[in-house]
Amino acid sequence: MVPTLSVDELNIRFAHRTGMLEAVAGASLHIEPGECVGIVGESGSGKTQLFLAAMGLLAGQAQVSGSIRFAGNELLGAAAAALNRVRGSKLTMIFQDPMTSLTPHLKIGTQLAEVLVCHSGLSWTEARSAAGRMLERVRMPDPERRLKQYPYELSGGMRQRVMLAMSLLCKPDLLIADEPTTALDVTLQAQIMELLRDARRETGMALALISHDLAVIAGLADRILVMYAGRIVENGAAGELLRRPRHPYTAELLKCVPSLSGPRLVRMPTLAGQPPQPGEALQACAFAPRCPRAADRCRVEAPALAGAANAYVACHFPLS
Amino acid sequence: MSVFGDDAIRRLRASPAAVPALLIIAAVVIIALLGPWINPNNTQTLDWLHVAARPTLQSAHWFGTDRLGRDLYARTLAGARVSIAIGLVASMISIVVGVSYGAIAGYIGGRTDHLMMRIIEILSGLPLIFFVIFLTVIFGRSESLLFISIGAVGWLTMARIVRGQTLSIRQQEFITAAVAAGAGTGRIIAKHVIPNVIGPVIVYATLTVPQIILFESFLSFLGLGIQEPGASLGTLIAEGVGEMEAAPWMLLVPGSFLAVLLLCLNIFGDGLRDALDVKEA
Repeated sequence: MVPTLSVDELNIRFAHRTGMLEAVAGASLHIEPGECVGIVGESGSGKTQLFLAAMGLLAGQAQVSGSIRFAGNELLGAAAAALNRVRGSKLTMIFQDPMTSLTPHLKIGTQLAEVLVCHSGLSWTEARSAAGRMLERVRMPDPERRLKQYPYELSGGMRQRVMLAMSLLCKPDLLIADEPTTALDVTLQAQIMELLRDARRETGMALALISHDLAVIAGLADRILVMYAGRIVENGAAGELLRRPRHPYTAELLKCVPSLSGPRLVRMPTLAGQPPQPGEALQACAFAPRCPRAADRCRVEAPALAGAANAYVACHFPLS
Repeated sequence: MSVFGDDAIRRLRASPAAVPALLIIAAVVIIALLGPWINPNNTQTLDWLHVAARPTLQSAHWFGTDRLGRDLYARTLAGARVSIAIGLVASMISIVVGVSYGAIAGYIGGRTDHLMMRIIEILSGLPLIFFVIFLTVIFGRSESLLFISIGAVGWLTMARIVRGQTLSIRQQEFITAAVAAGAGTGRIIAKHVIPNVIGPVIVYATLTVPQIILFESFLSFLGLGIQEPGASLGTLIAEGVGEMEAAPWMLLVPGSFLAVLLLCLNIFGDGLRDALDVKEA
């Protein structure tokens, strides 16, 4: 079966006056049809850039090499017209901040319908009623009224529902959710995650869930990718990876997840040190300076990815 | 229109000078348009019995006559019609050309933007008077040429303003979201960028109208614009200046017409700017 999304040896660099900034280095990943893949990593680990590249949304000065194929078709360097046939219909994305992702002067109904008019060639009337049905599916209260409202009349949670409805309109094969709940409070977060789960069940689409919050990802993902400093350091089935992390970074991340049970901690556990600055030359293991298991070898030699296709780790001394 | 529009109208009503200014503009426009039907005199007829007659309500010449005996009321209104028409047409050109040019330059950015903005700089570096003189020398004097030459340079500032606005809108997330939704460049510019710059565009367009009217009058005053026997406020003022001592009404009538019209247009433009200038909608 052709993977829905396959990224091979992707490098993203930005030219900067201090030199080249490497946002993503040699990343490869495959998302099978219907699969939910979670991508975790700290801010600046390149997780968002990787998927922005797939959508063709990288800033103009970015230099990209490698390959990103969607259902077998190369996306990198594809003509804008070809990209526009895919983006918004079969490959969709929702963003972190629902407050600013809707065009302020257009009614919700118009914005939703525009997607269908654009991609499916429906008439505006048909598109509008389809938009209403979709709002109902994302459990928007009073969907008919919402269609006639402007974005500023909606709360953040409602706007994220609109964004989700918009991305589901054309029955996508892959939905990229870039920290879809970071800007929302915890109850809304749970509702949006629930919607994502339902949408997956109903449409059988694949989902790429980007987050820095392991808890968000753990509830939904079949498989988890851990990114650090622009590299994918561990890839494994969700249950396995959460129970028995093999990369020390994953293990440290898991230790930082606060728990309600157990003894009350005096200090929240944190991961000491800072991730490498963008632009820092990384010959060896990028995590070595912060790694409790680091040895001399880690500081001179970059670890290769070891393991099977969908369960690998980049570490000289993985936990077993 | 949206709630935002209602809000703006409410603020506009609240500003003390804008509403009277708008009423006076409307009155001037209506008088200018209806003038020929109210007044028995036409602009060209020479009345040899009343040459350079002073304004009286008893005679048929309410604003007096010029030194050829033509009715000044009829000629002032004809001049006002020309001025208002030029003001509107040139502003329309400036809106259509300036907005699309500025939005394209700002949205596409990069080299296209550089090239397009350099073209604007070259055009705005041309001395306008010489430009008009050259055009009249090459193509001969005509009213349509005057419209074109004023329109051709009137859009430059508009394009700059729109480009500046577009640069900031382009950075906003809803534009990224539109790209991600598969909207093409043309659609994004037309549907998601331009409607968002409409506020400053309206304000600047209202302030362009008086500028252009003034510029047309200035050209006509110098003899480069409307030609005899046609009339514009500028040519009437130029004639009036010649007779200023003997027949001051020949200067004062078109002069005050122009002054009132410009003042009201400027006051209204300012009021509109204040009404639309909201920090965040």
